[in-house]
Amino acid sequence: MSNESFEQKKYIRSVKKRNRKIIITRLIILIAIFALWQIAGDLKWIDPFLTSTPSRMWKSFIKIYNEGTLFNHILITCYETIVGFLLGTLLGTLIAILLYLSDFTSKVLDPYLVVLNALPKVALAPIIIFWVGNGIKAIILVALLISIIVTIITVLNGFKEVDEDKVKLLKTFGATKFQILYHLIIPASIPTLISAIKINVGLSWVGVIMGEFLVAKEGLGFLIIFGGQISQLDMVMMSIIILSILAYLMYEAVAILEKKYMKK
Amino acid sequence: MKKVEVSNINMNYHSLKGETEALKNISFSVEEGEFITIVGPSGCGKSTLLNIIVGLIPPSSGDVYVDGEKIITSSSLGYMFQKDHLFEWLTVWENVILGLKIQHKINNENIDKINTLLSNYKLIDFKNHYPRELSGGMRQRVALIRTLALEPKVLLLDEPFSALDYQTRLKVSDEISEIIKKENKTVIMVSHDISEAISMSNRILVLSKRPAFIRKDVEILFPSEYNSPLKRREAADFRVYFDIIWKELNIDE
Repeated sequence: MSNESFEQKKYIRSVKKRNRKIIITRLIILIAIFALWQIAGDLKWIDPFLTSTPSRMWKSFIKIYNEGTLFNHILITCYETIVGFLLGTLLGTLIAILLYLSDFTSKVLDPYLVVLNALPKVALAPIIIFWVGNGIKAIILVALLISIIVTIITVLNGFKEVDEDKVKLLKTFGATKFQILYHLIIPASIPTLISAIKINVGLSWVGVIMGEFLVAKEGLGFLIIFGGQISQLDMVMMSIIILSILAYLMYEAVAILEKKYMKK
Repeated sequence: MKKVEVSNINMNYHSLKGETEALKNISFSVEEGEFITIVGPSGCGKSTLLNIIVGLIPPSSGDVYVDGEKIITSSSLGYMFQKDHLFEWLTVWENVILGLKIQHKINNENIDKINTLLSNYKLIDFKNHYPRELSGGMRQRVALIRTLALEPKVLLLDEPFSALDYQTRLKVSDEISEIIKKENKTVIMVSHDISEAISMSNRILVLSKRPAFIRKDVEILFPSEYNSPLKRREAADFRVYFDIIWKELNIDE
């Protein structure tokens, strides 16, 4: 707009300047940490064997890259996480819908959900390995179990928070339970669904890495455990950094999705 | 002609702590085209009565007849709430056709009718806007058109303006009562606002404290020049009616 007042322009400039400052400061902190890490390692303030350094991580990165297995590890972990996340979210939402439709069932199952939610799902891993085998399936199942219960509880609560009067309104139109679900409950719960998805992204990473610790022969979790076993902490640190980047990217993807839906 | 007949409605609420009598032997009838308002102390069961009439909750005993037929499903009556309850994720148009969509009654004839309603009540330009872009009064008008779209035999208004600020409230009650008059609808309204009741209705039923019974049935007549809620507030009789109803409401104290 060209007819903004001088004051308005000044305000916009100051907001933009502040945002730029925030981003620049963030980058400076990141670079400073890595630089300090490197210097501290080089000058032996810290023991690079125990803490690694950025340059040693880079070497480890190149080495695994040259072996040609790096992307395989990354892809496997991403695949497990995304499948676990999608299944956990979709099945969780589906079960929440079924429980919403039957108040009786939802009341009956309530204490079971509470117990399952409190139970550390990793404790089930040994059983899962026996059931589905020592491989990707077991890892996905662990990731799925970790996110599904939280999804059911969050989404069901979201459904129940929808204004009773809006439900009444649709009833005066003569709506069936499915119509109420389709026209009101689900669209009204999109914000809840998105916050469940956000939680699940984090939980799925936890599930997948735990699963890989236990059973995997490939994947980033495997690299971390394997690196620890052969005293290659460079490899462990490098894998953790890659993991952080991936988790961040996935979180951003969800944030974009959120922006797209919340605009409406 | 009797449009609505409410006969011997009793309502008891049950909880584990015991039984509460809410409504006691409520009977009245509403003529075609009449606008009646039910007033009463808060918590006396006014809204419960409306919910019973629309068929959302079954009474302990008694019946409601519309056009001589017993009410079973609520879809032949239109219900308006305190809040407009527009769906924020739908446009104005999607909101007003929601009822038709649910009843699978979307056809050219009905769509034309809604278009006419929207343009008559100055909303046609906002068809593709979202509810949050509208003012409180416009939102309430959209809510009314959403209800009228289903061509209800009777409109039930449950304190439809109480969520609005005072100024908007006066304006909207003027607009809404004009629409209702034009569409020639029979209305049963519930309100705790005596002035609003007098300014809008032909008849006022005063309910007692719980268990509620009909304490008084007041016919409201104004000379024809006082033909809108705002104008009625200027009439000399307004004060008189106010005092009558005020006294009835305070008998319990």
